Amino acid sequence: MKRNKLLLLLALSLILSAVLAACGGKDTNNTNRGNNATGQNEGNGEPDAEQVLNLIEGAAIPSVDSAIVEDQVGFNVLNNVNEGLYRLNLDNVAEPAMAAEEAEVSEDGLTYTFTLRDANWSDGTPVTAHDFVFAWQRAIDPDTGSPYGPFMMSGVLKNATAISEGKMDKSELGVVAEDDKTLVVTLERPVPYFLSLMSFGTFYPQKEEFVKAKGDAYATNSDNLLYNGPFILTEWDGTGDSWVYKKNEHYWDADTVKLETINVDVVKDAATAVKLYNDGKKDRAGVSGDLALQYAGHAEAVHQPQTSIFFMKFNQEKDGKQTPLANINIRKAIAKSFQKEDLADVVLANGSSAANFIVPKDFAFDENGNDFRDINGDLLVYDADEAKDYWQKGLDELGVTELELEILGGDSELSKKMDEYFKAQLEGNLKGLKIKLKEVPFAVRLELEGRQDYDIEVSGWGPDFQDPISFLDLFVTNGTNNLMSYSNPEYDALIAASKAELALDPAARYEAFAKAEKLLLEEDAAIAPIYQKGLIQLQKPYFKDLGVHPFGADYSYKWAYISGKNK
Amino acid sequence: MVKYIGKRLIYMFLTMFLIATATFFLMQTLPGSPIASYNKLNESQRAIVEKKYGIDKPKPVQYAIYMKNLAKGDLGTSFVFKGKSVNDLLVNRFKPSFILGAQAMVFGTVVGILLGMLAALRQNTFWDYGSTFFAILGISIPSFVFASLLQYWIASEWHLLPVGLWNDGWKSSILPSIALAMGPLALSARFIRTEMIEVLNSDYITLAKAKGANGYEIAFKHALRNALIPLVTVLGPVAAGLITGSLVVEQIFAIPGIGEQFVSSIMTNDHATIMGTTLFFSAFLIVVIFIVDILYGIIDPRIRLSGGKS
Repeated sequence: MKRNKLLLLLALSLILSAVLAACGGKDTNNTNRGNNATGQNEGNGEPDAEQVLNLIEGAAIPSVDSAIVEDQVGFNVLNNVNEGLYRLNLDNVAEPAMAAEEAEVSEDGLTYTFTLRDANWSDGTPVTAHDFVFAWQRAIDPDTGSPYGPFMMSGVLKNATAISEGKMDKSELGVVAEDDKTLVVTLERPVPYFLSLMSFGTFYPQKEEFVKAKGDAYATNSDNLLYNGPFILTEWDGTGDSWVYKKNEHYWDADTVKLETINVDVVKDAATAVKLYNDGKKDRAGVSGDLALQYAGHAEAVHQPQTSIFFMKFNQEKDGKQTPLANINIRKAIAKSFQKEDLADVVLANGSSAANFIVPKDFAFDENGNDFRDINGDLLVYDADEAKDYWQKGLDELGVTELELEILGGDSELSKKMDEYFKAQLEGNLKGLKIKLKEVPFAVRLELEGRQDYDIEVSGWGPDFQDPISFLDLFVTNGTNNLMSYSNPEYDALIAASKAELALDPAARYEAFAKAEKLLLEEDAAIAPIYQKGLIQLQKPYFKDLGVHPFGADYSYKWAYISGKNK
Repeated sequence: MVKYIGKRLIYMFLTMFLIATATFFLMQTLPGSPIASYNKLNESQRAIVEKKYGIDKPKPVQYAIYMKNLAKGDLGTSFVFKGKSVNDLLVNRFKPSFILGAQAMVFGTVVGILLGMLAALRQNTFWDYGSTFFAILGISIPSFVFASLLQYWIASEWHLLPVGLWNDGWKSSILPSIALAMGPLALSARFIRTEMIEVLNSDYITLAKAKGANGYEIAFKHALRNALIPLVTVLGPVAAGLITGSLVVEQIFAIPGIGEQFVSSIMTNDHATIMGTTLFFSAFLIVVIFIVDILYGIIDPRIRLSGGKS
């Protein structure tokens, strides 16, 4: 898989925060509840007679064409109106959805055979294997111009890269419909997390006949779409700030769906969102910034952990010359010189937590269901005394007594507060260090990062699929998102092995990841982890069983219902 | 008059052309790509996507294509709203913005004029000081602060009107219109007061009084009409103020208007939409200023537009 990355902007994190796929198929038999991402408002009451939910979205829907969607809102809508071979359940486990049962996987891990269940589109016609072949070919077809098709499929589906570069015909893509109910997928290399990708929007089916009949008008409003998911979309004019989900009576699992109507409005101002919530007009609202401080202790506040990690990147080479940060002792000194718990609890105070790691917690699990975090523990933790020793050693090696370094950060209020905190902590703990702050908009930051025109960058990453490689791939030598001249052959070898000889050996693969993460942080201090992002949401107590997903689409309304609203 | 209007129309097109050109090239200096997932693709995949969106061509070529389409009235396809034309986007979002703007303009100027007249006619009394105080508040406090205050007290605390959104009929439009109207209201009150006082001291008012015309007649027919002229002059800039105000006020009240779209198109590097909204706002302003100029002649026949011989 390419090292695909998405840097998150702190300020816009709600809008920009990373999208993507879901979880491994290995523990699909696990059905115990309480794993639920929010762990709150779990259903136990009787559903009310009236099942109408009122929600807020942070941005308008740019597209609901599964081949084209590349944003958070679009993927969220897709997840609720359409369905792929697999779907993330309330416990964030991908389970068969359009697929009738677990896929048959060949011994070499290269061929997946899916048998489809009897399911219909919202026009009453059956969903077939051809619908998947058509949709996937369309997503990778250069004529479609989709960024997400090539992004999700390159290096995973056979021939995807060549097709996306225009060197091969789309019919060569590794997906074939053997008959109406049998779909055979061939991979480029064994991909241990492949089944989790099947719940991701880019891999949803599209009915060829319908798409071709609509032509350019396909997916431009709610009438020009077909649905095979729990809900259908209505009253969406293509660019508007409101839309409505209605229960899809043709959905194969319609008996499970309790909500009849979901009214959605776009509200970008967080304070307005909270006022609408307090007024009873909306049933859920996010709180951030100062509002988070104010509402953190609110009886209806729900902490929603996320899987984005924010960290400092140490640029080791600028204008062809080594920077002071090429010195390992300088890097270790800085990485260990700021207190993270205070930062998360007092400065950010938005549900985020301190991170001493790059692979987030509650994200990736080994074959026995153990959190990768519990396996590899804390790395590169705060220790001001050690930091001072490293600092002195580093300065001696460089032959200087003082250093001036620049921290490149975002321009939101929160980013600025955080940068001030770093400046105070770093300058306070490391004698002779002077920190300059440079706070710029997201796009400018990306550009400066691209040119490696920075010393220390406060950066973020959200996973593309549920596997540690989504994070660890970032730091291989010359990786497209490395952009700090970090290079360790041993690290590269571990990552390469995880994709080749270790791909079919889950235990050894996780060992390699654990070793790589230790190298990256403990040995090399190539980056300094800061925090794992979290959100605080207000949610009405009568709003039950919302599916909250830490990757892929954010929410599932399939199981949600209203209980006790008018009591 | 016809000649004047013709000349003005030519200038208007020239202005639009310059605005379109300047915006087009300034926009290219925005960092980042209009393709959101740009950094997730490899070189040749990027090239293919760029070609698809027509941003692989040299800038002057892109400019020529854009201007050619613009001449046909086609504002292009949005980069964010996939496959949707910017024209549709503007049309869909124009209505709420227009209703708010029109209501704010009418409410602001009418109430402002009444307040200004009251102040002038009751000079140096409680009414005068009261209306002056109100006007100073209106000028110095930005519309979004009013918006937040109105939203907090009237909607959140007293539950008299909706907190926001655009689904409650005319009720949804009241608070944002009032917030937007504060600027025009204050401005017109100040202008009318000053002008009225001056007009009321002029000879023809004394004459009207001597002829026995009653107070209302003097105030509305003689004094107000003459005092209106300077106000009309500033209506153009006031309309501009409404647009900039609406960018934030629409966001605060979660109104699906154009102002809100303008802001987010810049944040997302949606070049076609940035161009479309900028041109739309410019055209709107230019037309308003044009109408204002025509209005001069109607309100005050002494102002001759064609300047000279006629």
